[in-house]
Amino acid sequence: MHDKTVAELSRDLAEGHVSSVQLTEHFLDRIQEHDGHLNCFITLDGDQALNRAREADERRKQGNATPWTGVPFAHKDIFCTEGVLTTCGSKMLANFSPPYNATVAQRFLDAGAICLGKTNMDEFAMGSSTESSYFGATTNPWGSNRVPGGSSGGSAASVAARLVPAATGTDTGGSIRQPAAMCGITGLKPTYGRVSRYGMIAFASSLDQGGTMARTAEDNAMMLNVMAGFDPRDSTSINREVPDYTASLNEPLAGLKIGLPREYFTEQLSPAMDRVVREAIREYEALGATVKDISLPHADLAIAAYYVIAPAEASANLSRFDGVRYGYRCENPEDLLDMYTRTRAEGFGREVKRRILVGTYALSAGYFDAYYLKAQKVRRLIQQDFIEAFKDVDVIMSPTTPSPAFVQGEKTDDPVTMYLEDIFTISTNLAGLPALSLPAGLVDNLPVGLQIIGDYFAEARLLNAAHQFQQATDWHRLAPK
Amino acid sequence: MQWETVIGLEIHAQLATMTKIFSGTSTAYGAEPNTQASAVDLAMPGTLPVANEQAFRYAVMFGLAVDAEIARRSVFERKNYFYPDLPKGYQTTQLEKPIVGPGHVDIELEDGTKKRVRIHHAHLEEDAGKSLHEDYHGMTGIDLNRAGTPLIEIVTEPDMRTAEEAVIFARKLHGIVTSLGICDGDMSQGSMRFDVNVSVRPAGQEAFGTRTETKNLNSFRFMEQCIHQEVERQIDLLMDGVAIIQETRLYDGESNRSRSMRTKEEANDYRYFPCPDLLPVVIDEDFIEDARRKLPELPDARKKRFQAEYGLSEYDASQLSNNAQMAWLFEETVRHGKDAKLAANWLLGELSARLNSEDRNILDCPVTGAQLGALILRISDGTLSSTGARKIFDALWVSDDASVDALIEAKGLTQVSDTAALERIVDDVLANMGDQIAQYQEADEKKRKKLMGGFMGPLMKASNGQGNPKLFNEILRKKLDQ
Repeated sequence: MHDKTVAELSRDLAEGHVSSVQLTEHFLDRIQEHDGHLNCFITLDGDQALNRAREADERRKQGNATPWTGVPFAHKDIFCTEGVLTTCGSKMLANFSPPYNATVAQRFLDAGAICLGKTNMDEFAMGSSTESSYFGATTNPWGSNRVPGGSSGGSAASVAARLVPAATGTDTGGSIRQPAAMCGITGLKPTYGRVSRYGMIAFASSLDQGGTMARTAEDNAMMLNVMAGFDPRDSTSINREVPDYTASLNEPLAGLKIGLPREYFTEQLSPAMDRVVREAIREYEALGATVKDISLPHADLAIAAYYVIAPAEASANLSRFDGVRYGYRCENPEDLLDMYTRTRAEGFGREVKRRILVGTYALSAGYFDAYYLKAQKVRRLIQQDFIEAFKDVDVIMSPTTPSPAFVQGEKTDDPVTMYLEDIFTISTNLAGLPALSLPAGLVDNLPVGLQIIGDYFAEARLLNAAHQFQQATDWHRLAPK
Repeated sequence: MQWETVIGLEIHAQLATMTKIFSGTSTAYGAEPNTQASAVDLAMPGTLPVANEQAFRYAVMFGLAVDAEIARRSVFERKNYFYPDLPKGYQTTQLEKPIVGPGHVDIELEDGTKKRVRIHHAHLEEDAGKSLHEDYHGMTGIDLNRAGTPLIEIVTEPDMRTAEEAVIFARKLHGIVTSLGICDGDMSQGSMRFDVNVSVRPAGQEAFGTRTETKNLNSFRFMEQCIHQEVERQIDLLMDGVAIIQETRLYDGESNRSRSMRTKEEANDYRYFPCPDLLPVVIDEDFIEDARRKLPELPDARKKRFQAEYGLSEYDASQLSNNAQMAWLFEETVRHGKDAKLAANWLLGELSARLNSEDRNILDCPVTGAQLGALILRISDGTLSSTGARKIFDALWVSDDASVDALIEAKGLTQVSDTAALERIVDDVLANMGDQIAQYQEADEKKRKKLMGGFMGPLMKASNGQGNPKLFNEILRKKLDQ
């Protein structure tokens, strides 16, 4: 049962082969059995999930079910869920139970989907390995000493390990695509503004985007059908019609123009990785696509620009964690300054503090122009590169990561090496473009992701391209042992 | 040495929107602490701001009223600092691209000369909450009801030269925002707060002296006192050869003293940057034209109308037209009481004096225009003497909802104008004033006039203050001159 996709489970529920209660119990059992070792979940919400499952079965009987009614899934612990702990992977919010639902959480609730729990993540989504979580690291089900990627590592690992058929994620610089690639699943970061950010705890507001993680492109399309859409509570969400993302999955790829940015195929990429990606692209050619070399001339500036803009925004976004209204407060503060400094010193982890300091510095008087403004200029150049590129091609393909899942602890002491994990994914966040990662092969028995970047609001095309690949190949069906 | 004072103002005016600037929470004043603070106002994780369109409409109306440029594209920025009543750890405000650009307000000084005060810009921002230091032993209470209340911050050029000028300007600005209906102007509740930037320089010197900023003055009186005091302080220091330190000061109106809050060196680095949660706000011509059509009458236009329509003197018209509430009360009074000149006298005289002496705002004036109008009617038709009218006014002031006629009846204050009755009183009084009568009759015309007063007092007393003084006078003349 747990090997089935969301689409298959949805059909089984519709045809009465299984009840939501049965499904929910089954997946909760699997979590009980395997999560002690994997640590994908920070909070489990079994009792409420079973109650909702009973309601879902009732709703199905009444005939007003949606495709999601009764289907279990999980939320990254960055989405606020009313009355359920929402920690963002931090000691700072270890006791925080929001009195409201994120718009994304509300939409799944309205659709009748059953949230089993909240998945582990890098603290405040700052990381590429899910090792910076206050609640301990998540292990990649593909290798017991491997990281699952991050920051949405709990979501990726739980889907890969068949603990849930789907999970939400967020992507600020690659936090959906990189763990999806490392865990051998499919993950989509939509266009900035496509999915509401309301109730999604902010890391870098101009880059954060909620998205989908599941094993197949079709399941991602089903998730996006629930998540996408304008939200009057998010001023940056875009008021634009939402298509049925499953409707165009089966369109043929004949004539699809694929661009391969030469800046992404350099010696940084190991020959083994390069081989897997080229193999996947040949598969696309076999499906009728044509390939073209393109250039994204400012690609090498992306990491530097990102690590100014994201920390700058984060430094302000995380100021609200001051011990005054909610969350962690230090013991016996002597005075206000003591409360602020100890609350934040004790409540935040190393990486979060590092980024707050970097961001504060970049915004400081005398440095603002040289860092923040310069980075914004670079951001516009990077965006311009993509706009130019999409005049000639329909999609851009590249590896999602420079290498497969690395060993736990390998990069924790070297932040810059860790930051380079996102070298192929960060540019799309800076440009606000949609991008997807899908399993494309194995290197050393570890999954490798192919990244497909699309033009603004081209999610349907990305999902279509991924689905057609998955109709022709079996990489997405591989399960960790 | 002669010194010249240079004054610039920064004015925070709370906009009278129903809801907050970035959330749908009510802005009503006076609720239980933290009952008007939503998840957004509390800066709960993941919550996001959505800009209030009405705040922009009000800001545009202000811009139009001061003849300012309206920015077609304005940008909110984050001003970062930590304070317990600032929930997000930053204030959302405008810096580089404010909604209202340069404009001006023309004022009239006491000697009648006109002066132009330039507005540097005005921007939208959110108010903070309140820290309550009393009532919590060793702790501070935080009330976030006010957090997120929309403010327009109006910044002038350093164009004022005396405390009196600054107060005239401040009153004029108060009149503009209250006339526009964009701010209730209630300074006692902090709806309008003034920061004054003051410096002095030797007369004739071009360069400005070092300035200080005194924050959050919440009455015109305190503002005037504070400027005088600060000017004196600065001149004293300079005369002693001590340089002025650029600093922010706090003024305590009760003790008329100020103290340094922080110097320039201690000032925060606010690390402003554009707020990524709010897109730049683009305003089109239709929005501006719509706001222009909605502009109500402003003090200058109202003053001209009061002169033309009611035949008021320029001074009276100007006094009555500046404050929107006062102007409204005046017109209500005239509507009920007809005699505009009499209405103006009462509003600017008795009523203003009473408000002043009780340190009350026109907003909580206990007497209505209908009541004042009824009072004016009874004065004009001779029912009330001026003494009687004052007694009725006193009664109106302390009672709810009383009717003027009922009060006259109840207090027996109807003026006696029955000539026969008055003649009897005059005869009775004169019967006991033989000496005075003799003195009067020996005096020349000029002296006689003076001596008349000596008879009026006893007459009013004998009539319990109800005798019509004009008629008494006539009867008295007739009898004495016989």
